[in-house]
Amino acid sequence: MPPNSLANQLISLTQSTPATSTHQSALPARKLPGSLEANPRLGHWLRLEPNGVVVITPGKVEIGQGILTALVQIVAEALDVSPARIRLLPASTGHSPDEGVTSGSRSIQESGLALRHVATEVRDLFLDLAAARLDVSIEQLIVDDGLIRASNGTEVSYWDLYSPELFAREASLEVVSKRPADFTVVGTSLARIDLQAKVTGQAAYVQDLQLPDMVHGRISRPPGPGACLIAIDVSSVERMPGVLAVVRLGRFLGVVAAREEQAIRAERRLAGLAQWAAGPELPSSDPRELLQWPAETEVISERGTLGAVEMSGAQQLRAEYTKPYLAHAALAPSCAVAKFSGEQLQVWTHSQGIYPLRGDLAATLGMAPSDIVVTHMEAAGCYGHNGADDVALDAALLARAVPGRAVRVQWMREDEFGWEPLSSPMVVQLAARIDEAGTIVDWDYALWSHAHSTRPGGRGGVNLLAAWHLEPPLPAAIPGNPPLPAGGSHRNAIPLYDFPNQRITNHLIRRSPVRTSSLRALGGHANVFAIECFMDELAHASGADPVAYRLRHLKDMRARAVIERVAAMANWQPHVGSDGECGRGIGFARYKNLAAYMAVVAAVRVAETVQVTHVWAAVDVGQVINPDGLKNQIEGGIVQTVSWTLKECVQFDRQGVSTRNWETYPILQFGEVPAVTVELISRPDMPPVGAGEGTQGPVSAAIGNALYHALGVRLRDLPFTRERVIAAMSS
Amino acid sequence: MALELMVNGKLHAVSAEPETPLLYVLRNDLGLVGTRFGCGLGQCGACTVLLDGVPVQSCNLPLDAVAGRAITTVEALAPAQALHPLQAAFVAEQAAQCGYCTSGILVAASALLARTPEPTDLQIRQALDAHLCRCGTHVRILRAVHRAARVLRGEQDAA
Repeated sequence: MPPNSLANQLISLTQSTPATSTHQSALPARKLPGSLEANPRLGHWLRLEPNGVVVITPGKVEIGQGILTALVQIVAEALDVSPARIRLLPASTGHSPDEGVTSGSRSIQESGLALRHVATEVRDLFLDLAAARLDVSIEQLIVDDGLIRASNGTEVSYWDLYSPELFAREASLEVVSKRPADFTVVGTSLARIDLQAKVTGQAAYVQDLQLPDMVHGRISRPPGPGACLIAIDVSSVERMPGVLAVVRLGRFLGVVAAREEQAIRAERRLAGLAQWAAGPELPSSDPRELLQWPAETEVISERGTLGAVEMSGAQQLRAEYTKPYLAHAALAPSCAVAKFSGEQLQVWTHSQGIYPLRGDLAATLGMAPSDIVVTHMEAAGCYGHNGADDVALDAALLARAVPGRAVRVQWMREDEFGWEPLSSPMVVQLAARIDEAGTIVDWDYALWSHAHSTRPGGRGGVNLLAAWHLEPPLPAAIPGNPPLPAGGSHRNAIPLYDFPNQRITNHLIRRSPVRTSSLRALGGHANVFAIECFMDELAHASGADPVAYRLRHLKDMRARAVIERVAAMANWQPHVGSDGECGRGIGFARYKNLAAYMAVVAAVRVAETVQVTHVWAAVDVGQVINPDGLKNQIEGGIVQTVSWTLKECVQFDRQGVSTRNWETYPILQFGEVPAVTVELISRPDMPPVGAGEGTQGPVSAAIGNALYHALGVRLRDLPFTRERVIAAMSS
Repeated sequence: MALELMVNGKLHAVSAEPETPLLYVLRNDLGLVGTRFGCGLGQCGACTVLLDGVPVQSCNLPLDAVAGRAITTVEALAPAQALHPLQAAFVAEQAAQCGYCTSGILVAASALLARTPEPTDLQIRQALDAHLCRCGTHVRILRAVHRAARVLRGEQDAA
């Protein structure tokens, strides 16, 4: 994740100010918006093709979030062409700007605002040319779907005026964007550009790529991250039908076969033949293990002095919250295709970062990055750093054994659950003092977590699974966190509430028994869960209504607006007791403290099972590009988080992850899905910010608070399984 | 060895071991990649096809169990260049995010609507309960199936 997230936010703010003011603000170090600053050449983003086609080449990738549709809308709006004219090229290191990683709900800010700027400037260039060609002033021109008409009745199209040299220049700072009030495409629910192919079963994913003479590979992994390969005789595998190569490199073991089922059978045989020495025993997967290990401790926010205010009648509350290891659990196991042609390597991948992946592949394979072309193709939704990058190296290592042949490697279900990076467990300890009126005077917050960022492109090593299994192994990059204000494990640890005295302490435990990396919302999930449940505890201790209690501690008007809206949507009634079975709770956050505002009410019913029956959400993302796409993201985030909250927990045996299929790692099913109601608070003049990750913390908290309302017992350890609810009620 | 399979109304001769799961033959031999691999364990529903009109998971269904029986995949839900009302409804309702689970759900829903033209919410949930969707688009999927059912019953298409 690039370290300049705040910078990008600020840039997007300056870019979105009305056109008249952009010329006046003569800041000395103005930058181009989003990813354009690092990739300023216009032709790197956009070009025209004959027959009225506009080609755009963003470096961000589709991961099921509908981003490409939103980018098409932004370009169509700024360029004044129909969305149907716009073709997207898949992101590739062969032709796309380096936009880092598609993550952190930053694609609209980084790619969208860059493309908006490029398209606006391109439109201006064409208007200049048209004015000269038609011998009129620019004011006498209008654009209609790429056709420029002059008031004297003459006309010329973008395509008449286009030459590639025209875009062989860097973007200029002086571009005046269209006013949001004039938008006709942005802000509408343009249909997703990719769904037609998906509903008709066409090739849509890297899993579906079929190249001439393509063959199939599978990897035989160790029983756990620390296991060593003592011995294996592969000769019987080499004689199996269809087997083309068996690859052994240190403790990396794989097979290439002509047919997919042959590769699977050969891998099973390899697994049976390999003799592994067990590695060091893993600790328990209990999140409280975190408290046992040495940590790097940093106070990340301090305001006032805790305990300084002397009070009679004050109450002090303490609580500890935890979340377990979670899996991304993509529906499709990770997959990649790789092919060596002479010294050149081509890789097709669903990585979220084609350039960082290319760098780590080059370092592992001892190649120049310029000899590798990494091209993105879609796969199933990933929600963070899963096995996508790792399987690309697997495919490259196998492809090296069969030069000239494309090798497709797809992990099996147990590989994905067993080896994908996990979301770190977290522990949060809170203490607060409230005065007689219930107002929070002191807020003391401490969190413990492993790192949330071990994607390729890290410092001091390579972040690809197979690289660590080679002989000699490559070192792993140092696990870390994106810096604040976005943050990693400390994302959203600093509350948005206005407390006079507060201290927020981050305990980072870099070494983890299994690899941890980013999952949707990163630490923002557990931090918001803990903050918002504890706010509920304090509200109840004060005898206050949880909605009113939040508003009392919150000045930010946009924050107050989403809370008030969701309370109205859910017909929230203060001080209504429960029947012992049903309850309601609220949760709120501003994602990363600088992106989407989200307030959620959850309704639960506890009978034979723990059931979330309805979730309401009010959301403010500033300018909305595609309302239905945005709602889809929010609804999906809500349902996925209900699943995390009620069901999900990765477990270990002594060697590795033991929850390796959908029976041992169950997720929410159709019969369990709540009704979901989402409302958007539209602010067309505010910068657009991402929303894909805003729901996680508020939803878990709202469910926890609803369970307290229903049952009168406080559950503080995720997930809230039936067993845990029964245990809490009987204790 | 050669086996004959009846897929989407056409007879295909395929050379594969009889215990090979049907899924790999559909995808790699017949190029019908709309049927997706999700788990290989019959737990997620992404690979669902119709076998004599009944939804089955093809990832652990051996070839020799399906020889001579009618297999229908997502590609044959509608005639070429046309959309089944379910497919149209899934687009209209944006009832997908990544779309990886969509094929299997469409196939299962088509079997449901063939036998139950006016399903209740509960009936749809039950028919799809074996299908996992990680993106969380269930609510939209339920809406899309209701919408397609209305169209199939001859009612006007509207959200």
